[in-house]
Amino acid sequence: MKILVCISHVPDTTSKINFTEGDTKFDTNGVQFVINPNDEFGLTRAMWFKEKQGATVHVANVGGPETEPTLRKALAIGADEAIRINTVATDGYSVAKQLANVVKEGGYDLVIGGRESIDYNGGMVPGMIAQLTGANFINTCIGLEVEGNNATAVREMDGGKETLKTTLPLVIGGQKGLVEESDLRIPNMRGIMQARSKPLHVKEAVDISNETASIQFEKPAPKGAVKLVDNVEDLVNLLHNEAKAI
Amino acid sequence: MSVLVYTESDGGKFKKIAQEAVSYAKGIADMLGTSVTAVAVHAENVSELGTFGASKVLEVSNDSLKNFNAEAYASVVAEAAKKENAQVVVLTSSINSKFIAPLLAVKLDAGYVPNVVTLPESASPFKVKHSVFSNKAFSHTEIKTNTKIVGLAKNAFGVKEHNTSATTEAFSPEISSGNVEVVSVDKATDKITIADAEIVVSGGRGLKGPENWGMIEELANVLGAATACSKPVSDMGWRPHSEHVGQTGKPVASNLYIAIGISGAIQHLAGINSSKVKVVINNDPEAPFFKAADYGIVGDAFEVVPQLIEKLKEFKSQNA
Ligand SMILES: Cc1cc2nc3c(=O)[nH]c(=O)nc-3n(C[C@H](O)[C@H](O)[C@H](O)COP(=O)(O)OP(=O)(O)OC[C@H]3O[C@@H](n4cnc5c(N)ncnc54)[C@H](O)[C@@H]3O)c2cc1C
Ligand SMILES: Nc1ncnc2c1ncn2[C@@H]1O[C@H](COP(=O)(O)O)[C@@H](O)[C@H]1O
Repeated sequence: MKILVCISHVPDTTSKINFTEGDTKFDTNGVQFVINPNDEFGLTRAMWFKEKQGATVHVANVGGPETEPTLRKALAIGADEAIRINTVATDGYSVAKQLANVVKEGGYDLVIGGRESIDYNGGMVPGMIAQLTGANFINTCIGLEVEGNNATAVREMDGGKETLKTTLPLVIGGQKGLVEESDLRIPNMRGIMQARSKPLHVKEAVDISNETASIQFEKPAPKGAVKLVDNVEDLVNLLHNEAKAI
Repeated sequence: MSVLVYTESDGGKFKKIAQEAVSYAKGIADMLGTSVTAVAVHAENVSELGTFGASKVLEVSNDSLKNFNAEAYASVVAEAAKKENAQVVVLTSSINSKFIAPLLAVKLDAGYVPNVVTLPESASPFKVKHSVFSNKAFSHTEIKTNTKIVGLAKNAFGVKEHNTSATTEAFSPEISSGNVEVVSVDKATDKITIADAEIVVSGGRGLKGPENWGMIEELANVLGAATACSKPVSDMGWRPHSEHVGQTGKPVASNLYIAIGISGAIQHLAGINSSKVKVVINNDPEAPFFKAADYGIVGDAFEVVPQLIEKLKEFKSQNA
């Protein structure tokens, strides 16, 4: 089985979000970048496929040279090869088109992406890859087993979960549940050393136009101060009369 | 020309988010000088969508749509969009809408923007404001394609009533079902879900142990609320994982969020930022959550929560 894990390179969850150049660009100053948390769960699941079922695992990112340390980290965790598609990731659709191209060329059986990236929160790239390559698609995937050409998946839905049966080629939008936090791997020295000599292919982007364009960013208006009350009676009154929430 | 809206129902009844999506679609249609067509799958009383601004409802029923199937549902919405010559397709932020959206975008070759919080800022260029960076910022984004897909953030627009009378029309498009089949469904039908709830009562590590959740459930009961928790609480197995909210858990966009014994870590706040009114009960006046809250009580949860339950029961009996 050939697996491609799509890795989004995102600001660490505790990052302060600021913008520069007249609020048109994300300010990367002092920001620590990491593997998107949803993708980290998927990468670990892919490692299990590799170890238990002999799968080959590649990772891919659409981005500039600055994302390479994130791809190296994925190699240190255990991926066999990395691919960077050399272009600025602007909108989800164009990223999906670049990745769909890699998927077609590489003949991957299983593509693992995340439910959403924590920066642009698009929640669209994996589904678009599936539709562009004609693969089956399961989103908010919290469990996955593959036997030969058949897959059984569990997905989260509003108010519960459901078990689904499908076939390869398959794309999933994964999240926690694929593996648990305690299963996530931190690269060890040996992994880091090995990662240095693993292939990291840089591919030029296929020329594709953007369907959407972010014009400007805005930070939410600062919140007014909290109203502290010292008894529940005042709280109930405020919630009813002022906030109209009950 | 039209604005098409996909309206979700559960057991035949439209969800509140469907009514909100129709109201929002009507707002866009007014900007564009056109009308709203709704697509409804296996729903009853579809003409009620006129109340929220739909002029036409396409009624779809087909055995292959009994269970939700993203590929099949996306193909229905895509066919409806083509038939109605839709300039804009409105979806919601439900898990199922977000499952359909990317498939639909490719089928229609349409630009898609999720988590949209207001009506478009301009119709031409078509510019929308949506939340990014896990609710820590907004982006103003232009959709450049002929057909545009917007996913409305929950509780961002509200339900608005109109007096449109809706005509209904049976619609039986070609359905491509793909190759994903439901084997079994595991859904709690008696509990209010975090996604649907107007009010969410959430507990953190400050509650000390699972045996203390009785008062949280009672408070939720009095308010008709869903229960939720912080991540460590579900990690320790005090509460089910389905209740974990935050950046790595479920998003909450309720009208009222009550956080009890939760410190307010940035990853927790990322998931609840789009809730309207936030109340914090915490015995540490320095807890970061107070900075993100609208109302707060500095106090011991084990004293405050039982009092609050009593007070609310009194309030409910007076306002019943
Ligand atoms: C990558 C990453 C992702 C994460 N994702 C999430 C996420 O999605 N959701 C999430 O919740 N967390 C997440 N976290 C964890 C987060 O950083 C915090 O550790 C967590 O939210 C803390 O949970 P808590 O507030 O319940 O516990 P604590 O931080 O231990 O806070 C307990 C609070 O209870 C108060 N308290 C104690 N006793 C009482 C009492 N008797 N009465 C009233 N108050 C009392 C204390 O003052 C304190 O403020 C994530 C962390 C990382 C690194
Ligand atoms: N630039 C990118 N390069 C590689 N994968 C990406 C990129 N952007 C998004 N993805 C994948 O798509 C998922 C969903 O991202 P998004 O649609 O941006 O929310 C992520 O979790 C990744 O798996």
